[in-house]
Amino acid sequence: MIAMNLPEQEKGFQHKIDAEVRIEPKDWMPEKYRHTLIRQISQHAHSEIVGMLPEGNWISRAPTLKRKQILLAKVQDEAGHGLYLYSAAETLGISRDEMIEQLHSGKAKYSSIFNYPTLTWADMGAIGWLVDGAAIMNQVPLCRTSYGPYSRAMIRICKEESFHQRQGFDILYTLCQGSPEQKAMAQDAINRWWWPSLMMFGPHDSESLHSEQSMQWKIKRFSNDELRQRFVDMIAEQAKVLDLTLPDPDLEWNEERMHYDFGKINWEEFWNVISGNGPCNKQRLDARRKAWEEGAWVREAAAAHAKKQHPNPPKAESLEAA
Amino acid sequence: MNAPNLFQYCLHLADNVLILSQRNSEWCGHGPVLEQDIAITNISLDLLGQARNMYQYAAALYNKLSEEEKSAVEFLVPRPWKIFGRELTEDDLAFLRDERQYLNLLLVELPKGDWALTILRQFFFSAFQIIFYQQLQQREDAQLSAIAEKSLKEVAYHLRWSSEWVVRMGDGTDESNRRIRNALDELWSFTGEMFLPSTYELQVADEGFGVNVALLKETWLQKVSEVFAEARLKVPQQDETSGKSWVQSGGKEGSHTEYLGYILTDMQYLQRTFPDSVW
Repeated sequence: MIAMNLPEQEKGFQHKIDAEVRIEPKDWMPEKYRHTLIRQISQHAHSEIVGMLPEGNWISRAPTLKRKQILLAKVQDEAGHGLYLYSAAETLGISRDEMIEQLHSGKAKYSSIFNYPTLTWADMGAIGWLVDGAAIMNQVPLCRTSYGPYSRAMIRICKEESFHQRQGFDILYTLCQGSPEQKAMAQDAINRWWWPSLMMFGPHDSESLHSEQSMQWKIKRFSNDELRQRFVDMIAEQAKVLDLTLPDPDLEWNEERMHYDFGKINWEEFWNVISGNGPCNKQRLDARRKAWEEGAWVREAAAAHAKKQHPNPPKAESLEAA
Repeated sequence: MNAPNLFQYCLHLADNVLILSQRNSEWCGHGPVLEQDIAITNISLDLLGQARNMYQYAAALYNKLSEEEKSAVEFLVPRPWKIFGRELTEDDLAFLRDERQYLNLLLVELPKGDWALTILRQFFFSAFQIIFYQQLQQREDAQLSAIAEKSLKEVAYHLRWSSEWVVRMGDGTDESNRRIRNALDELWSFTGEMFLPSTYELQVADEGFGVNVALLKETWLQKVSEVFAEARLKVPQQDETSGKSWVQSGGKEGSHTEYLGYILTDMQYLQRTFPDSVW
């Protein structure tokens, strides 16, 4: 019914999507598809970049040289992910500078999880295990998303993310095998990061603003609630290996559904953190703006030097000479 | 071979690269542009890798010393470790020695400053490291020679990258030129320490295991002059009356700037709060 009302181009576009043909930068696409992707990919890129900050907070204090090396490499990977994603978004006709401007002005969002503070070393484990774990749940289906450059970026990113999750688990596992104080440190981190990581999947399907259209365009392939359930099922099992307790008294295996049941998410907190009231929103954005502003002269110097290296093209020179 | 001297020598080399890595890693997440954030973090990671190689070797050397030899380097051993009742490790050396037991150059512990200061310091150090490792590679200690060989590939990149940035900033805008000249003013008197050998360096060099750094200065100056010429920067002249310029030194013997204490306080806090734990 809907399809009959669509103009020809849009029909052809939807056919391609339905036939699992990837959309490439030069292909025709509905403006709304383009905008949805720009919003989603840039938001994802910003999340990688802002996400460097909470973990960056522990680079100088990592407890061993090996852990320092792994953490530094991990945070660097996130910068790399940001780079792939900004490049993917640029194929849709927006520049990296514009996207960064949108982040700094607050127009563009990033994952709210990074507005929580990293208080102890165990938080590095919790972020790897839970936050990267949740990210992977979201991201694996994106490897098959309908827009070619995005899906290819995601394939690379997912490979590294699964390594990140394992290193997070390894940090927690080591803490849990250590002294009672170390184990308590791990439990405390899980207590703080569990609920925010469930919120990473976004609002319930019934409340999700962009979901339906994104499913039709195969930008998204699974709903927020489906992915969240998969995550809970996975983590509840892994928590047993760690011998840690997830802070939810309602968490219980449901034999009928063949899934874990879990308690109510505090959506009031979720919306508040998104709208700027999280513990670190200001700190994170200030740090990004400061880096950008203090780097301005460096970027200008590089541009000025490059211009001197490649002076005016011959045509312009001859004009000046004339 | 004087093993205690070699142990001390390794600590000096390891401390240099660990502290510079620590300083450079402060840029991670805060770089002027994403690509350069990644680049400086890469360098930080390379230096950290070199530090680990050196500390692991130093720990292995120490664990094999005779009691008499151990007492000769007693002043370098981390105090908290003495009651652990187990062999010394790379992490004990990095995380449990005090300021006065750290033997790095003062140059590497100075705050990261702006991009100009970070880059110029890296350039000075990499230009030194490349000649140093080339020589060390040919010395008689197989382990040090292997570490030098492995590190050379990395340092060649650090030198190229930092040279390019020195040129960009020197030649770029008025502001970048002013900033790199400021950085030069701040750093120059700290470069001389690289070429002022300590007693243990001289002894290790005499035995054929180490490098006499005093002999590297000319080659280093030549490299600096080449890059500076391209960057429109002047190499500071020596004092006309004395023929010498003032050199800040002391790091190699454990006399540091006030900055080092804060670096260590930050870096070592977990190991000191939870002694002898597994992480």
